[in-house]
Amino acid sequence: MTAVLAATDLRKSFGALKATDGVSLTLREGEIHAIIGPNGAGKSTLIAQLCGSLAPDAGTVSFLGCNVTAQPVAARARMGLARTFQTSALAMEDTVLQNALLGALGASGKPWHFFAPVARDRGLKGRAEAALDAVGLADLRDVRTADLSHGQRRQLEVAVALTLEPKAFVMDEPMAGLGQEGSAQLTSFLADLKRTAPILLVEHDMDAVFALADRISVLVYGRIIATGTVDEIRRDAAVREAYLGDEA
Amino acid sequence: MTRERLLNAALVLALFAVPAWALWADEPFTITLATRAVIFALAAVGLNIALGLGGLVSLGHAVFFGIGGYAMGILASHAQNYTPIMEAPFLIEGTKSMPIIWLVAVLASGLAAWLIGLLSLRTSGVYFIMITLAFGQMAYFFATSWPTYGGEDGLSIYVRNGFPGLNTLVPIQFYGICLAWLLLVLALNRALMRSRFGLALNAARQVPDRVRAVGLDPPRLQLVALVLSGAITGLAGALFADLNRFVSPTMLSWQMSGEIMVFVIIGGVARLFGPVAGAGFYVLIEHWLGGVSEYWQIFLGLVLLLVVLFGKGGLVGMIAGARK
Amino acid sequence: MSPILLAEQVLNGLQSGVMLFLMAAGLTLIFGVMGLINLAHGSLYMVGAFAAATVAGLTGSFVLALVTALAGAALAGALMEVVVIRRLYARDHLDQVLATFALILIFSEGTRWAFGSFPLYLDTPDWLSGTVQLPGGITYPAYRLALIGVGLVVGVGLWWLNARTRLGIRIRAGENDREMIAALGVDIGRLYTLVFALGAGLAGLAGALVGAIQSVQVGMGEPVLILAFVVIVIGGIGSIRGALIGALLVGLTGTLGSVLLPELFKLFTDASSAATLGSAFSSMAIYVLMAGVLIWRPTGLFGARS
Repeated sequence: MTAVLAATDLRKSFGALKATDGVSLTLREGEIHAIIGPNGAGKSTLIAQLCGSLAPDAGTVSFLGCNVTAQPVAARARMGLARTFQTSALAMEDTVLQNALLGALGASGKPWHFFAPVARDRGLKGRAEAALDAVGLADLRDVRTADLSHGQRRQLEVAVALTLEPKAFVMDEPMAGLGQEGSAQLTSFLADLKRTAPILLVEHDMDAVFALADRISVLVYGRIIATGTVDEIRRDAAVREAYLGDEA
Repeated sequence: MTRERLLNAALVLALFAVPAWALWADEPFTITLATRAVIFALAAVGLNIALGLGGLVSLGHAVFFGIGGYAMGILASHAQNYTPIMEAPFLIEGTKSMPIIWLVAVLASGLAAWLIGLLSLRTSGVYFIMITLAFGQMAYFFATSWPTYGGEDGLSIYVRNGFPGLNTLVPIQFYGICLAWLLLVLALNRALMRSRFGLALNAARQVPDRVRAVGLDPPRLQLVALVLSGAITGLAGALFADLNRFVSPTMLSWQMSGEIMVFVIIGGVARLFGPVAGAGFYVLIEHWLGGVSEYWQIFLGLVLLLVVLFGKGGLVGMIAGARK
Repeated sequence: MSPILLAEQVLNGLQSGVMLFLMAAGLTLIFGVMGLINLAHGSLYMVGAFAAATVAGLTGSFVLALVTALAGAALAGALMEVVVIRRLYARDHLDQVLATFALILIFSEGTRWAFGSFPLYLDTPDWLSGTVQLPGGITYPAYRLALIGVGLVVGVGLWWLNARTRLGIRIRAGENDREMIAALGVDIGRLYTLVFALGAGLAGLAGALVGAIQSVQVGMGEPVLILAFVVIVIGGIGSIRGALIGALLVGLTGTLGSVLLPELFKLFTDASSAATLGSAFSSMAIYVLMAGVLIWRPTGLFGARS
């Protein structure tokens, strides 16, 4: 099976710190591939390189078979790479619907309309409302984003990614701060979503990771020390060593 | 929101009622003041697109105001002296026709905004402020040291330029032209705020990372906003030069940039009618306080300071409440 | 052009660059430590010049005038900081720009009200009024040479303050982590007032020093302020070293441009239009320099990335 998104021998240093030290990984059609690792393992740096907000020192990123290493964030997004942010990046002054509309607008690739009101743009609205529906925010469409709860903002993050109708998702800790019920809901939602497009999931919530992931990669000090199924990772000695120290 | 609508309606009413009263009471000077306010408002509506919607704190909008002014001054001075602007490789003559002057003003200031934007938008935040300010100074010093069009002394035009079917020398008719422009541009601005472009620009101001992540390019959106903004301010500059029948480097000065920004802020940033309220207020206190004291700008400074420190949302915000 | 004339122009460029450095150092320090963009820095320059002209007029002592300029501007700065500026630290740049623009209006019109619109004159002291014979047959005004000296002394002084004193340690700590040094018990409010007053004092000193070779009048601060902005944009905001390099670059470009560009245009056109073109373009030269630096490095020569 070919990889939708692949990193090959990525390297990135900040001074003496090797934040990404020869990382290779793939995201295949139909799977959820989770990246776990202790704090400071370099997960955010890795995501930034996959999505294009940070240029690697060496190595390549390919998406849908194209080398996109030199492509900026927006170009990768237009190709169908959707990301969610660890801390919500939403237009707080605007309504929920407007945030979703922004996603739909980005997906349309046509922002250069200066006169026709968005509110009467059936195509954009349909797409935005469908995404809000899917995450269960349809009732809150006219609420100002700043007035949403933390959990609702996390849902909106996912909804905006959905409007892009992407070929792959990169999600940076979507469960963060959600609470048990919220995590459970999102977990079942993501389990369905992977049939639409594969998900690269960076997550701290181990219950969610073990419930969802088809494969897990463990990132420690900028290196992937193990990749495998849930069971393989549970049994892996290096992983136990990294997480549990000499207890293993 | 309804209170803001009421306020907007009152402002539009005033734009018609004040000159109507002045006409009835035979107070032509009031019409001139009102024209001044309307032109300032138009310049500020232009800035508000970059500043309010795009979040671009440009301290160099006098460049566009001045380019509009010089477009008028240069075209009209050649026409009144019967000298062509250039002969080779092809003949370009001056003109006293307002529509052509407006077109040139809009194109020239839009082009300047594009060039300045290309360079300035490589930076952001406080660098952007300082760079736009510096480009403003560059234009200012160029105009003062370039003697062909009057240098420091500026250019006088003896007769106001013409518009087909109107006598622009009659104050109320010229006011009508300026008011028509202001209302038209306000209507376009309203549409812009609700359009796809407005949605994207608004988001690019708040969360550029998100805008990139959905596949749009914030600097390109901001560049287009700056061009639209500069073109509108340039149009206002052409009208302002026509009002005074005079253009000088003062129109390019950084104080001018500061004043245009003051109109926007006193009125209410990112509010459709904020620039109108701000420019009207400014011209009023300029007139009243200017009559009381030669040093009226001390009071303007104090008012501005109070608005910035304590009155978020400017006049429109204070009267109509916070934005929904 | 003769080498001697050229050398004189280089010295002139250094002199104006060094004075710009006094302005830019304060601006960049205030931005670096407090994150504040202060348009009213030019007003403090003006305050220094007026204070010096007044005291020199009353006492005839140039040194006393300079001390008053420094102290007066520092005091005015401290007052400005306590009454207005400290309310702006948490605000966005737009609010800072507008509030300090308002301060300019208040200071300028207040000064006009107090002193009138006519320029005051501040004479260079007798003991610096002559010229100095430099190696290579260059004669140069002693006062301008002294300005270069003062600027270099201030530069070294700032370096010493920054690198060798407790205040310097606190300033650098304040640039890096405000909360931390507050948690360590440093009175951050007082530190900010002190830094602001220091920057203000330098601006006032520059105003007084330059006031003796130009006239002292309302509005004298703003052109210098904008040049100082160009300096710190070129040097990188927050960097004193960048301010020094940027100031010298701007000073030299401005001075040499106005001399060399007309010469350059003479190669292509007749003398009178060469003079015209030269003066028009030399007034733009420093902005072209700035644009060039920004294309190359968008955060200036010594600026932090992003």
